[in-house]
Amino acid sequence: MRVLDAYPLGHVRTPFYIRGKTGTIERLCGAFPNPEELAQMRDGLPAQPLYRVRFRQQDVWPDYRGSTDDVVEIEIYQHWLEKP
Amino acid sequence: MNDPGPYRPLTYFQLMEISLRELLVEKGVVTEEEVAEEVEAMRKRGYERGARVVARAWVDREYKQRLLANGTKACEELGLEVPALKLLVVENTPEVHNAIVCTLCSCYPRMLLGIPPEWYKSRNYRSRMVREPRAVLAEFGLEIPERVAIRVHDSTADMRYLVLPMRPPGTDGWDEERLASLVTRDCMIGVAVPKVS
Repeated sequence: MRVLDAYPLGHVRTPFYIRGKTGTIERLCGAFPNPEELAQMRDGLPAQPLYRVRFRQQDVWPDYRGSTDDVVEIEIYQHWLEKP
Repeated sequence: MNDPGPYRPLTYFQLMEISLRELLVEKGVVTEEEVAEEVEAMRKRGYERGARVVARAWVDREYKQRLLANGTKACEELGLEVPALKLLVVENTPEVHNAIVCTLCSCYPRMLLGIPPEWYKSRNYRSRMVREPRAVLAEFGLEIPERVAIRVHDSTADMRYLVLPMRPPGTDGWDEERLASLVTRDCMIGVAVPKVS
């Protein structure tokens, strides 16, 4: 899955460094109220599925130094993911 | 008489804390006693709670499976209350070393490890742990061989993480309490590994 390369204002839990990067889903964590909505004092419903996505470090940082098997895993809400 | 040191004005955040607390007390939302009790409870919670979980997983294979499947429930089994904590336990193996960071703020399993150390909240650790984990771990004195993959967990949303380190050699027959004494806070963040001294 690819993380949206978007830069909306507000309380966003998707780190900048991972936007636009492609990874694989490691697991589904459940569904949680959308933090971007909660920060606006709304109820955040319907709850958004939250995934843990695994990215190869070499795909995240082109000059990464370390094993090709090194990964970073990040929690990403479904509305931030798209099919590449 | 003890010298209290040079006068230091309150910082912005200290002033904010005092203002907010006084407002909440004035409005009857909380009492000063409740705030003090909560602060005291937070100070008392130390990483020994997490160490108990790790030691149990080392001696009880079935418990370990339950811990990896549902961290929160497995903590409750030991009588550890972890309200609001959705715990994911990640296991170190001879092939994989895990480490935890929160690049966005400083999310941390406080219910199991207590108050996070200053460095965990520093910009240096938070930005470099995802960018060059091997260099950061080396600064903690932990050299991870190239054949071991490093899995960094960026704690960005609703889950909290605890590293389950490998049981060190030379501990056969040890009871849980003795094993737990090897498990430091840093081992459960993933910037150290347990060692028999």
